[in-house]
Amino acid sequence: MEDRRPDPDALLKRVQAAEAEQARGKLKVFFGATAGVGKTYAMLQAAHEQRREGIDVVIGWVETHGRAETEALLEGLTMLPPRLVEHRGTTLREFDLDAALARRPQIILMDELAHTNAPGSRHPKRWQDVKELLKAGINVYTTVNVQHLECLNDVVAQITGVRVSETVPDSLLEQADDVELIDLPPDDLLQRLKDGKVYMPEQAQHALQNFFRKGNLIALREMALRRTAERVDQQMEVYRRDHAVVRTWPAAESIMVCVNMKPRGPRLVRAARTMATGLHAKWIAVYVQTPRHLRIPQADRDRVNQTLRLAELLGAETAVLSGANVAQELLSYARTRNVAKIIVGKPVRARWKEWVFGSVVAELVQQSGETDIYVITGEAGESRPLATQAVKRHSEWSSYGLGVVGVGLSTTVAWLMFPYFGLANLIMMYLLGVVLVASRYGRGPSVLASVLSVAAFDFFFVPPYLSFAVSDIQYLLTFAVMLVVALTISGLAVRTKQQAELARRQERRTAVLYALSRDLATHRGTGMLAQLAAKHLREVFDSQVAIFLADADKRVQLQRGEQLHFEFDPKESGVAQWVFEHNERAGLGTDTLAGASALYLPLLGSSGSIGVVAVRPTESSRFLDPDQLLLLESLVNQVALAIERTRLSEEAQQAHVHVETERMRNAILSSVSHDLRTPLATITGSASSLLDEQGQLDPAARLELVRSIYREADRLDRLLKNLLDMMRIEAGAVQLSKEWHPIDEVVGAALARLEGRLRDHTVNTAFPADLPLVLVDGVLLEQVMINLVENAVKYAPSGSAIDLSASASDREVVVEVADRGPGIPVGEETRIFDKFYRAKPAREGGVGLGLTICRGIIEAHGGRIWAENRRGGGAMFRFAVPLLERQPSVESEQAEPKSA
Amino acid sequence: MPGQEVTVLLIEDEPEIRRFLRTTLPAHGFRLYEAATGKEGLAEAQARNPDLILLDLGLPDLEGSEVIRQVREWTATPIIVLSARDQEQVKVAALDLGADDYVTKPFGVDELLARMRAALRHASRSATDVGEPVFTLGDLKVDLGRRQVFVSAKEIHLTPIEYKLLTTLIRYAGKVMTHRQLLKEVWGPLHVEEGHYLRVYMRQLRNKLEKTPAHPRYLVTELGVGYRLRTE
Repeated sequence: MEDRRPDPDALLKRVQAAEAEQARGKLKVFFGATAGVGKTYAMLQAAHEQRREGIDVVIGWVETHGRAETEALLEGLTMLPPRLVEHRGTTLREFDLDAALARRPQIILMDELAHTNAPGSRHPKRWQDVKELLKAGINVYTTVNVQHLECLNDVVAQITGVRVSETVPDSLLEQADDVELIDLPPDDLLQRLKDGKVYMPEQAQHALQNFFRKGNLIALREMALRRTAERVDQQMEVYRRDHAVVRTWPAAESIMVCVNMKPRGPRLVRAARTMATGLHAKWIAVYVQTPRHLRIPQADRDRVNQTLRLAELLGAETAVLSGANVAQELLSYARTRNVAKIIVGKPVRARWKEWVFGSVVAELVQQSGETDIYVITGEAGESRPLATQAVKRHSEWSSYGLGVVGVGLSTTVAWLMFPYFGLANLIMMYLLGVVLVASRYGRGPSVLASVLSVAAFDFFFVPPYLSFAVSDIQYLLTFAVMLVVALTISGLAVRTKQQAELARRQERRTAVLYALSRDLATHRGTGMLAQLAAKHLREVFDSQVAIFLADADKRVQLQRGEQLHFEFDPKESGVAQWVFEHNERAGLGTDTLAGASALYLPLLGSSGSIGVVAVRPTESSRFLDPDQLLLLESLVNQVALAIERTRLSEEAQQAHVHVETERMRNAILSSVSHDLRTPLATITGSASSLLDEQGQLDPAARLELVRSIYREADRLDRLLKNLLDMMRIEAGAVQLSKEWHPIDEVVGAALARLEGRLRDHTVNTAFPADLPLVLVDGVLLEQVMINLVENAVKYAPSGSAIDLSASASDREVVVEVADRGPGIPVGEETRIFDKFYRAKPAREGGVGLGLTICRGIIEAHGGRIWAENRRGGGAMFRFAVPLLERQPSVESEQAEPKSA
Repeated sequence: MPGQEVTVLLIEDEPEIRRFLRTTLPAHGFRLYEAATGKEGLAEAQARNPDLILLDLGLPDLEGSEVIRQVREWTATPIIVLSARDQEQVKVAALDLGADDYVTKPFGVDELLARMRAALRHASRSATDVGEPVFTLGDLKVDLGRRQVFVSAKEIHLTPIEYKLLTTLIRYAGKVMTHRQLLKEVWGPLHVEEGHYLRVYMRQLRNKLEKTPAHPRYLVTELGVGYRLRTE
């Protein structure tokens, strides 16, 4: 026996699903065979029970059809006021979804799940309203009849002869937390009908009478009972899975249904769904796009799209494959997806066509190997004539004309060759013409050209000339072979051309994706990415594009920029918000808020929606094309991921900056509080002793106290200046006002400022008279010199010399400040420029910012600053300022001596 | 004017600085009037007609530049501006508007007194307009009548612009001159933006007159503001 423990992944999924369930509202369905069995009545009764238990129950919508006993049950229940919708002059009453969401009852009653909403509502169908209510965490009670179930739609129509247009996806019933079958035997129902207890609109009475035949009622009842039984069965299954009773489905095999553009697609899809449900298997609806796809009328392409949509609605995964050979594509895809059963429609082509052109089904059956192939009948009668557009016809007529012209040309050339060449070569000329026509104008014109070529050949070159009569019977064989060859090569040429076209399209798609991803990868910043995305989408889809990104309050905000041309209707901002909150697309071409002027797609990042893209095509039908939609989706996904990535890195960056700032602030606080307090303590102490003294201090002592006050105040001043400079550099608030300066003048200014502090040292300067001017901010560079010289003064012993010099190369001017102090601890040459670094043997304290400020200023000038130990002892600081620009010109004057 | 007290009007809103100058300046022979706001200061200036005005640039009611402009409408009384650090542009603006000099807070009394003396000296000289024919400063001697320049008794040859620059600085000796003022005086009003002209000629001048041009004694640079011929 194989392993019977539950698959951990599956269990995890179940747990996650259960968690999601808790947030969702619960759905209870009152399920019945037909109208009149008492669903609404049962629902209201259940509501009363809940209300008695103190639960907040509200009626969202209820149809009493004027039945007294039902109406009596309304008493005591709160009813949500209906929304009034103006439609073609009449006022319709509709369920008010927004009011319900705002009211947030614990349970809401929603009668008639299959109801179609009035035009202009948010969702076209009531069941979509219900889904939104559930998503918002509101419990819903609802009623539905068996004939409204999507997958039973066909069966019901077959039995009763009445096709119901209002349907509800089966998945809704399956996901319902509770289904209560409201059952009434057909005889009782007929009795109620007779008593007039079942509502019937007058104009439909006849049809309905027909519907309520006993046979129908029995069949419908059976279906309802069956569905409910299936559900019970499923629940049992789930229970067993949870408790690892037995393995139900050996492997995750799936069922695949092949959709084509035939009208019976929906039927195939429904059949596949029934089979998948029975087997509890996943199912996939697949459409294979062949080169022919391009030639298919838009209406048929729409139909394929709608069928795929239906499949999605019924819970299938959908895929569009492309390739020349349908059967092979299907089988190779089936293998990759572990498909056990393939469902295809029964071919409806004439037998001979199948024999000549082969059939997908036959090929599938031959090559399927272990996969089962189910061939299912199509439903006839529903097919519509495939209307092709008039415009297209026009262009096709001209192609046919050109096909005829091609034959004419072939004939002319053959006529000129006729005296010199044999008939075989003339035939070649005609075949050449056919190939050219086929490769340019497609199948129809090429077939025409083939037939005309044979005719022209016969008419002009086969004796008797200028007549269709044939003298020699063997020419008939020539004609036949010529026709077959012409048709075959025209077919091949057409197919080659189509394949090339398809390849070109796919290449374009790849190129578009590549261009976008490359652009997105090389740019940063959400604003920039939004712009890029808009640019690409606009170019590819020829549309107006808007991008909304969610802000901190989860509100979407329209991004603005030069690429974002979008005449945005403020009324549609609700659509964007809805799409963002529900992670579903809406607007143009969808089922939700279809009245919007644009298609709104969520930007889905890895952790949920981050915004919305709105695309308003100049030609709305382009979005019905599945491959365009697919391309749009993959582009939008890329954009979402890129924006999310950038956002995350921006957040990380901000967090980093925040940590840095915090660290810096703490360091400043501790350093500053110490460094500011030391001089303040001296000042306070000295000043207080001067205040308190009553003649005990001799004049020299008093002078000393005053001096130390002055010195410490000066030190405080310098500390503060350094701190302020540092903050400005850190904040990036330093604005360079560059001017041309002789560097020696800057040095001189700094020395003049330091006059008082240089009393104990000798200063030697060596600046060549021809030093080039440097383009710098003089005031800031003076600060660099002051800090460097002060630093030297701080460490160099009294009486020693501080040597200042400069030299110039082509590219830079290097200034040097050298002292005879203790030098720099080995290995610390770089660290001394760090914030708050202080060498151990400092004679007087500083905050350790002087050199950091120097580095900040020099780097702002594009220069560099470094330190090394000096030969013979001491430290040597150097900085280089680049000479990037041409020296300014100074008008020269005649250097004539100015003497008398 | 010996024997006669020099009157000084201090326009400053910080009471501590007023107190500090109130105790210091009278000891050096000045008579001090005080005003705490710009408007008060203007009224005092009208009423007292002081010999010198000390003006703080950070007044609560009026911009310092506005006070200078209004004072200059009717008197040439020297104005020394008291300013905070890192306000080079404000200083230059004040000087270009007609202030005579500036002192950066925090300042020492000796520095302030030196500026005041220079400003008063210049004011009295331009009032009587009797320039000394020979200007001597340390080892520098300039014979303005003969247009000769000597350093340690050795004659130095200057170009016309260098000479004009030097004599301009001598005329305003001790007082800071903004770039704009110097450029206007030496090169004329069309060249007031060519700061680098001034710097290049100033360097030439320093190379000719100073013993250590990179550590000058006389021709001092006030970066971001201008130049000053140091007289003490």
